[in-house]
Amino acid sequence: MNYFVIVDVTLRAGIADPEGATIERALPALGFTGVTDVKAGKSFRMNIDADSETDALEKATALAERLLSNPVIEDASARLGAVHAS
Amino acid sequence: MTRVGVVVFPGSNCEYDALAAMTSLGADAELVWHSVTDLDGFDAIILPGGFAHGDYLRPGALARFSPVMEAVTRFASDGGSVLGICNGFQVLTEAGLLPGALQKNRGLTFLCQPTTLVVSSTASVLTSHATLGQELVIPINHFSGSYTCDDATYDELIANDRIVLTYKENPNGSRGDIAGITNARGNVVGLMPHPERAMSTLLGSDDGRILLESFVTAPIASFVL
Repeated sequence: MNYFVIVDVTLRAGIADPEGATIERALPALGFTGVTDVKAGKSFRMNIDADSETDALEKATALAERLLSNPVIEDASARLGAVHAS
Repeated sequence: MTRVGVVVFPGSNCEYDALAAMTSLGADAELVWHSVTDLDGFDAIILPGGFAHGDYLRPGALARFSPVMEAVTRFASDGGSVLGICNGFQVLTEAGLLPGALQKNRGLTFLCQPTTLVVSSTASVLTSHATLGQELVIPINHFSGSYTCDDATYDELIANDRIVLTYKENPNGSRGDIAGITNARGNVVGLMPHPERAMSTLLGSDDGRILLESFVTAPIASFVL
């Protein structure tokens, strides 16, 4: 069975996020007020062949921790998405 | 004569500068392709600057899985001298040979400028010939050079004298002004500045010589902490 999985990689709490801060500072100039705590991150999408949703998510979490994120500064989380448009 | 291997990943671009610097110091240096799995016969290994594997995902994230990195890890654990410059430093942290991580510069600008470094420990293969507190003018050339680590790691670096070089004026937001660190044994060193580009006063500075001289002679001197 093929599962569409989304992995989000975000900076860990307490790690400086100059990208998020810069985006946040730019927003008022464009008329978007009241937006705070902007965090920049990465999103990865993939199809995973697995026996169950749980297996697919375990596989995604494992590859996210080994390759997609640097555990020193980043957290990774995997979730199931709607059907992959590919 | 010290035999130095300069590792070349797809996307490395400072390997010839490193090679020229090593040769000018009397070392027998040669390039080593990243698919090599055997580093027998080398006394010292350099991971040069550049954009290994395009810096895709994160700088060093893919390079750490290049076949040569298993050999570099064995070489380091056997006590061999290993130096990571700029992108090479990023590869060493991703590979777990040095602690912490290099983040995007504070200010999000690519920095290419001379910096003044302060020697803050001489207990490493890169700084053994230098003097504590000595100031060296060496260029930086990076986008992700802001050294980051957790409190426990930082305390350990301080307690064990493992911060070898600091910036006199912090250009990138590095924690504790860190420009370079070493492992517990002092045989693996990573730094963001480029000593191999500071080898001649004709080109602005020759302050890199004392660092790379230390590195070249360390294997002969059987550097042990």
